[in-house]
Amino acid sequence: MARLTIPAEEYMRAGHSGCPGCGATLVMRYVLKGLGSETIMTVPACCWTVIGTPFPTTALDVPMLDCAFEATGASISGLRAAADALGLTNVTVVGFAGDGGTADIGLQALSGMLERRTDGIYVMYDNEAYMNTGVQRSGATPQGAWTTTTPVGPGSHGKGEAKKDMMAIVAAHRPAYAATVNVAFPEDFLKKVIKAKGIRGPRFLHALSPCPPGWRYPPEKSIAIGRLATDTNVFPLYEIEDGRYRLTRKLGAAKPVEEYLKAQGRFGHLAPTEIAAIQAEVDVRWKRLLELEALG
Amino acid sequence: MVRMVLSGNHAQSYAAKLARVQVVAAYPITPQTSIVEKLGEMVASGDLPAQYINVESEHSAMQACISAAALGARTYTATSSQGLLLMHELLHWASGARAPVVMGVVNRAIAPPWSIFTDHADTVAQRDTGWIQFYSESNQEVLDTAIMAFRLAEHEDVLLPVMVTEDAFYLSHTVEPVDVPSQDEIDGFLPRRTTRGLLRPGIAGRLGSFTTPDLYAEFRHKIARAMVRSAEVFFEIEDDYHRITGRHHGGPLPTYRVDDADAVLVTMGTATPTARAVVDAMRSHGKKVGLAKLRAFRPFPEKEVRQLAAGVSRIGVLDRSFTFGAAGAAFTEIAASLYGARHRPALRNFVAGLGGRDLTPKVIEGMYKALLKGDGEGVEWPDIKRRMEVVRHG
Repeated sequence: MARLTIPAEEYMRAGHSGCPGCGATLVMRYVLKGLGSETIMTVPACCWTVIGTPFPTTALDVPMLDCAFEATGASISGLRAAADALGLTNVTVVGFAGDGGTADIGLQALSGMLERRTDGIYVMYDNEAYMNTGVQRSGATPQGAWTTTTPVGPGSHGKGEAKKDMMAIVAAHRPAYAATVNVAFPEDFLKKVIKAKGIRGPRFLHALSPCPPGWRYPPEKSIAIGRLATDTNVFPLYEIEDGRYRLTRKLGAAKPVEEYLKAQGRFGHLAPTEIAAIQAEVDVRWKRLLELEALG
Repeated sequence: MVRMVLSGNHAQSYAAKLARVQVVAAYPITPQTSIVEKLGEMVASGDLPAQYINVESEHSAMQACISAAALGARTYTATSSQGLLLMHELLHWASGARAPVVMGVVNRAIAPPWSIFTDHADTVAQRDTGWIQFYSESNQEVLDTAIMAFRLAEHEDVLLPVMVTEDAFYLSHTVEPVDVPSQDEIDGFLPRRTTRGLLRPGIAGRLGSFTTPDLYAEFRHKIARAMVRSAEVFFEIEDDYHRITGRHHGGPLPTYRVDDADAVLVTMGTATPTARAVVDAMRSHGKKVGLAKLRAFRPFPEKEVRQLAAGVSRIGVLDRSFTFGAAGAAFTEIAASLYGARHRPALRNFVAGLGGRDLTPKVIEGMYKALLKGDGEGVEWPDIKRRMEVVRHG
């Protein structure tokens, strides 16, 4: 079977300090494989602050600028402006932030960067909670998930509210390009990164980033769980270009969401009725996505 | 050189233009707005070939400037009051990342209650952020200081951000004749940024990073040393600027008629010219009074304060802000500078002119009289209209 060749070049070193099975390390690795050496990374407070290794070492072969937690979008705009002013036109500016730093505290700066139409790429690696501080609920935590701030007990059954739909929020800004990517599907991931690199204007990648300690599963299961997320339609793979939606992985029949939920300790407390409710929500969202794609 | 009639705000804009800033982050706030409006006009007309970023908050303005500076661009932004407070986290970030950002700050009171008028609480509250701070008494001084600020910030021994402040409306919206140097003159004085960005495309490196207890203090210590060194560098820069323009504003603590003075008042910003007129009037009546203008608040001119104090028996410090639970910030700093000095004059703190209240010659004369009389001590709020009364209901 013919497959897209994944670039052999590596811009991330093995000597990082990510947890075993960390999805975020793969997100960074694939993003850099697609973007290449003329990339400038700006990273707010998130797992990657630590994964990137302490001074005076760095896990990346490209320059990395730490920025404030809530300011990734602004940092991208500043770097782009400087690159343009200094004639560094072939440089790709990338913001690389977690879901808390994007969907919650950094939402304003992201919105500003998209609205200003900054020529840069914003990557949200989504491990669905504040993982660097030890698994606290974020706006991107899915409904029903256990976190340390949505514990399970007589008064709580995990997060009570739905996951914030970042792709919809980003799409409302009419970006040049937006796509979901999943570390379990590297060919699709790389195809989208390379496509994004060739487009000018604000671009957004929503990367699913499985997290063994936060999602409570064994480290060797990261890819299997990432795969289930897409194959159950919990995390569909699609892209939005010039406002047009296109699904990049469409299954004949999706697997039951229960398979995805049962594989993770964070959903272990859910009752069958709750699982059925999540399945219903996933079905509604999938149908909506098909409708958006049909709009063309 | 050309003489123009400029507001303090437009003096800031022209300084940034003469500095050939490459990246401007703009976000409006009264009374700063006309600084970035003018820069926007200059960019739109093509007179200033800079990247102009309309950010969505002051917080983002400062992040954009820091990131742009990290790559090597000369950057400028401006703000006031609440906007400066929103930036606070990023002010620390700028010095920590050794980003030579220059920022105009129009000193404005902090809410609540809302006030758009002069008060130094906004910038005084940023004294621990690692920014060099200058206060000015005229639009000419604003322009000259802002131009010098770029060279100071970018000096290889300094690499620290600089804020150039001006009092709301007294300077920001009041026009004065200002001698504006030619572009050629400033190009000679301030070449394009020579200290390259710390971030280099194509080269592995990380700016910001994280450190263990093993190294954090060393980073802080480097900033502390750079701040001390900046005081020396500023003298060199001001001498150079004098050679080119013929103007010299007298270092971090210029003095006026202090040599035989019995009492000296220390002022910041636009209280200074009023106090100078009061000194002349009182001198004409035989009162030996003098004046010192606290121009640089960071680094604090400790040595100059000691030199001043060596020949004076009474010093009053006029603070246009108050640090609750303590005293005016300039007073505290001056008192700290003099602890351990061989000669320690009597010190008094006058907290006045808050929220834009006029510091009239009469109010300032009252401060001198109180100093000469020598019967008070500690902190006094001389222009308070009446004591606040506690109203009890029922």
